[in-house]
Amino acid sequence: MAEKKEARIGVFVCHCGTNIAGSIDVEAVKEYAKTLPNVVHADDYQYVCSTPGQTMIADAIKEHNLTGTVVAACSPRLHEPTFRMATKVGGLNPFRFEMANIREQNSWVHMHDREGATEKAKDSVRIAVAKASLLEDLIPKSVPVEKAAMVVGAGVAGMQAALDLANAGIKTYLIERSPTIGGRMSQLDKTFPTLDCSQCILTPKMVDVGRNTNIELMTYTEVEEVEGYIGNFEITLRKKARGVLSPDEAEAKGIVGGGCNGCGDCVDVCPVIKGNEFEFEMAPRKAVYIYHPQVVPNLYTVDFNTCIKCGLCVEACGDKKAIDLEMVDEFVKVKVGTAILATGYDLFPIENKTEWGYKKYENVITGLEFERLICASGPTGGHLIRPSDGETPKKVAFVLCAGSRDNTGVGKPYCSRFCCMYSLKHAHQIIEKIPGAQPYILYMDIRSFGKMYEEFYYRIQDEGAKFIRGRVANILEDATTKNLHVFAEDTLLQRPIDLEVDLVVLASAVQPTAGADTVRKLFGVSCSQDGWMLEAHPKLNPCGTTTAGVFLAGVCQGPKDIPDTVAQAEGAASAASIPIHRGEVELEPYFAQCVEEKCAGCGMCVNLCPYSALALVEKEGRQVMQVTEAKCKGCGTCGGFCPGGAIRMQHFTTPQIVAQIDAFLLGGEQ
Amino acid sequence: MAEEWNPKIIAIICNWCSYAGADLAGGARMQYPPDIRAIRVMCTGRIDPLFIMKAFQDGADGVLISGCHFGDCHYLEGNYKAAKRMFLVKNILKNIGLDDKRIRMTFVSASEGAKWAGVVEDVIKTVKELGPSPLKQFEK
Repeated sequence: MAEKKEARIGVFVCHCGTNIAGSIDVEAVKEYAKTLPNVVHADDYQYVCSTPGQTMIADAIKEHNLTGTVVAACSPRLHEPTFRMATKVGGLNPFRFEMANIREQNSWVHMHDREGATEKAKDSVRIAVAKASLLEDLIPKSVPVEKAAMVVGAGVAGMQAALDLANAGIKTYLIERSPTIGGRMSQLDKTFPTLDCSQCILTPKMVDVGRNTNIELMTYTEVEEVEGYIGNFEITLRKKARGVLSPDEAEAKGIVGGGCNGCGDCVDVCPVIKGNEFEFEMAPRKAVYIYHPQVVPNLYTVDFNTCIKCGLCVEACGDKKAIDLEMVDEFVKVKVGTAILATGYDLFPIENKTEWGYKKYENVITGLEFERLICASGPTGGHLIRPSDGETPKKVAFVLCAGSRDNTGVGKPYCSRFCCMYSLKHAHQIIEKIPGAQPYILYMDIRSFGKMYEEFYYRIQDEGAKFIRGRVANILEDATTKNLHVFAEDTLLQRPIDLEVDLVVLASAVQPTAGADTVRKLFGVSCSQDGWMLEAHPKLNPCGTTTAGVFLAGVCQGPKDIPDTVAQAEGAASAASIPIHRGEVELEPYFAQCVEEKCAGCGMCVNLCPYSALALVEKEGRQVMQVTEAKCKGCGTCGGFCPGGAIRMQHFTTPQIVAQIDAFLLGGEQ
Repeated sequence: MAEEWNPKIIAIICNWCSYAGADLAGGARMQYPPDIRAIRVMCTGRIDPLFIMKAFQDGADGVLISGCHFGDCHYLEGNYKAAKRMFLVKNILKNIGLDDKRIRMTFVSASEGAKWAGVVEDVIKTVKELGPSPLKQFEK
């Protein structure tokens, strides 16, 4: 090992106000630290992370000629960078710092056991000192950053993020798995509380995305594989067989003036009829289709799952030769420096709440279906109808918290956040459009938390919507009239109600979109208990993830309305552009190293490495392992196996870890 | 067993999931007994079975290894490798006459603070029931 100089360690114990000092005897920990081997200085301070606290570390390094520092404070996941910097200011290599976590994993979890917590803190300091005594200088590796970014998902979050990145001069790949961009917002009729027409404010953005020369729009495309790390992601994309060539693709194939121009002649001749997913199958589409007239890009798509390959569309397309029924999936590799995930949401399958009869009774619909039925571009031209008989409903019940705030195990425990507001908007819309209509809103609480939201709530009350506080127990259908009986308890009047209505709209809970789980795993992003992607810090890093260079935007991180989604998208775009504009990033130098004298060349580690960073090479007539540092991410899986102990994991070396174990169990007398 | 005996339990946990989960338990002020000391590694894949054997040799009464859920490993598959090594460790423990319940591997994600608190409580309870490590009698 390199350290020949005797270790001289300084220990700094933080009070963190009363956060630590309230449950741990800081003075005792400090005095104990002074008795430990290699410790030449120990001190305590109210807030070691403050400027005076950091100065205290830097000064002590110089004054006591320290070789390493230990701070006993909060979690290294919070303040390790702070104290590394302070150590560096003191003239030491920043990696000669070790942290003892005596807050998150001690004072906060042992609040009523001062003695036990203090003993644990002493042990933690002893363990940290043992490691600090063996720490070495490490130099982070700087790598250049590819001047391009990727955004996965082209709803309003992904579109906004892509536009911001592109307008900042960054080449941006915008990946969307469906045939058009626009996402959920393009399915909405009006937005609350301003009652803007959703399409009217969204389609200009869609057009901007389509026109922006810095955005490479890849619809009907999915992420297949992700390799590399911040600055240098190499991402394999699956361009699903669309069956239709864009004008550019046609030109590349030598078809002059050809390719799809969105004329729709193919649709007229296609004999296959299927439900249009965009309209929740309330309207038909053909096997060759677009979702709606405003799609971007304006390209048709062949649904190969239903296409019978009769070839009529190919004939109708004629000289444009845009349709290729033999098309197969293509794989494309792109290199990007950073990536933003914006995969959005699906509705929770509300039919799982069988008591409400969705998919059993025709006149029970979801909030998103209501959006399509009330939308002028929807299947009914904006005339709200009852699915059973096409009649205009007069009495409509809106069931809030349908599957949200549900601890039965069937629904979701969380609040889906935007259903209260869109249900209020729905109530407004039927009052406005249908003379004499009466909306009933069955709610637990109305959560109108945003700007002008509470005012909107009052407005809907004034407009005559009836609010009934109570969770709906069950819904039954009158078999002859197809009317619905909504049974609930009015908890304000404390009496059971049986409400007969023409239509029930379930404000269904939302959940991560199908496939989001696959995408997040490809990018190494964790999820919270309810499946939403996990931000790096809920308060201070809501756009970041634990994978450097990967950011989150919109509902994929948790339910949020459009303003919050757009704001987070802009935040994510800004965060994703920082490494790109800096041009290089520093990687933590936790690389594996081969100690060649010990390496027997067995090659077991080569197979263990998930990043193909290790290889066997011929040296002085024998096989030894060699590490490609640029590929090594520092997990240490090779080092945990090597039978000869020939792999040194920097910053987590075997002697360091064994010293920690010994320090705890043998009291540091080694 | 003496009333006063506090077991010595060492936890070797991964930075990305279980360490973060343990931090979350702290943030949420979930209370659990203090008889555990954690060592942080980047990935449970780093954990050489010899580390665990060294801990028992040093007199540990229990060892807890905790990483990410399968499929969630920050390094793709380090936790699978660690989990496989657990079978080896458990076998060795049994062969040398130690109860293999003294070693446990769990999977606690960064969002599972409550689970972490529960796991620690349970590990401490299990080890307390087993009593002090019989290897302690060989100490000098």
